[in-house]
Amino acid sequence: MGKIIVMTSGKGGVGKTTSSAAFATGFALRGYKTVVIDFDVGLRNLDLVMGCERRVVFDFINIINGEARLNQALIKDKRVDNLYILPTSQTRDKDALTKEGVEKVLEELRQEFDYVICDSPAGIERGALMALYFADEAIIVTNPEVSSVRDSDRILGMLAARSRRAELNEEPVKEHLLLTRYDPARVERGEMLNVTDVLEILAIPLLGVIPESQAVLRASNIGMPVTLDDKSTAGQAYRDAIARFLGEQIEHRFVKPERRGFFNRLLRRTA
Amino acid sequence: MSVDPRTLATAAVLPDGEPSFQLRGSAFTMMVLKINEARAGALVTELQDKVRQAPNFFRNAPIVVDLDGLSDDMRRIDLSGLVARLRSLQLIVVGVQGGSRNQQTAAIAAGLPVVPSGRPARLEPVAPTVTGVAAEALSAGTVAEPTTARQPTMIVNEPVRSGRQIYAQNCDLIVTAMVSAGAELLADGNIHVYGALRGRALAGLGGDKGARIFCLSMEAEMLSVAGLYLVSEDIDPAVHRKPAQVHLKDGYLRLDAI
Repeated sequence: MGKIIVMTSGKGGVGKTTSSAAFATGFALRGYKTVVIDFDVGLRNLDLVMGCERRVVFDFINIINGEARLNQALIKDKRVDNLYILPTSQTRDKDALTKEGVEKVLEELRQEFDYVICDSPAGIERGALMALYFADEAIIVTNPEVSSVRDSDRILGMLAARSRRAELNEEPVKEHLLLTRYDPARVERGEMLNVTDVLEILAIPLLGVIPESQAVLRASNIGMPVTLDDKSTAGQAYRDAIARFLGEQIEHRFVKPERRGFFNRLLRRTA
Repeated sequence: MSVDPRTLATAAVLPDGEPSFQLRGSAFTMMVLKINEARAGALVTELQDKVRQAPNFFRNAPIVVDLDGLSDDMRRIDLSGLVARLRSLQLIVVGVQGGSRNQQTAAIAAGLPVVPSGRPARLEPVAPTVTGVAAEALSAGTVAEPTTARQPTMIVNEPVRSGRQIYAQNCDLIVTAMVSAGAELLADGNIHVYGALRGRALAGLGGDKGARIFCLSMEAEMLSVAGLYLVSEDIDPAVHRKPAQVHLKDGYLRLDAI
């Protein structure tokens, strides 16, 4: 039985879709059969970030409504084996996500896949609630700024109170913090919260720190999950985080500002 | 139903400085009677059976009648008649909630105020780690004897995250974890937080001036005891992030390091 993981944050624009794509790709690269689902009905983005937007025929909502079979809607990634994308509908809205429908699709997927990643929409309304409801584990994507941290705290509260595991009084959803768009230089200047501040407020285990990087924007514009760009710091940080998720002990990197020597500056291209 | 307790306390001050009265918001728990109109004929007999099961609980209990879902035709709903019949069961109607403008006008004419709709008590315990019976005392099925005596302390063993509100009715509230900014703790008794208090804490909600708030790290957004308030701006920087307690002394809220 596969694991259902929700990538959530409360706040928008913090990197949920980028992280969903990166984690799904990372799991698949390590040989786990993985599917990533776009829950942001009406604002279809995941297929763009995964670079499969021109191959979408049926979507998540078609499956929920019984208009197509799962195998017709799943898109197989062309670069990585074991990686599948379930895109969402651009024309419908979040009301199309029924609890029964979502449950049916997730149960079917977890029979076949090792990891089912649910890319949550922003907010705390129906779309976000449906994305987190069935989760076994949650990755909370947070930027090092006060409003993002506050919204993450709110989502953690919802996981603890309104997920299926909470309602059935089962073992709670396992929580992981993924700190994204971290700029150590700005943190040092006091313009952003540092890792310790964020951990003190949210009090959940740190899965990884993803440094702010041009590579992320570049990757999503060309539809390539940033995990595949192993020259970039962001790509390396995602690979570290995925390894930690799988239980490996890896020290956190990219938390301190880079001290570039003269040769480094000459030799290294920009991260 | 409950009334929002965050109503500011007001007092009229006479020239000699001694107030002649004090007006203050307070929270009450009352039963709301929702009538199934299709079976309204059986209402009195069935209600009588219910009252007989726990006569002490229902004796002279205040009742709010929910008008939502009832037919708008006020000729069919005889409010004064209903009030009299409930009175014969020793239930006192103190107001109505919901309903159309038409129905509300009729209620006011019958001498019943329209109270803002409250949040119904949950039929199930909120979360497994929240212990204490206060929150469930009025839920359907469990009929408890009403008592103003202190209930067992409510203990919460998990972080209270932003957006969550916990009310310890007629009892103390202990949180053994942190309380996030944007969360709210309410208690008729004392509040203890064995962690950082970053949200709001309102102790002595029912007016108990002896209630106190204790926490291991004072970072609160707002603190209140028996209706008096401090906001984070007023909090002495000397106790910020330090163990502290809040209590009333000589009519003022005091915030002291522990």
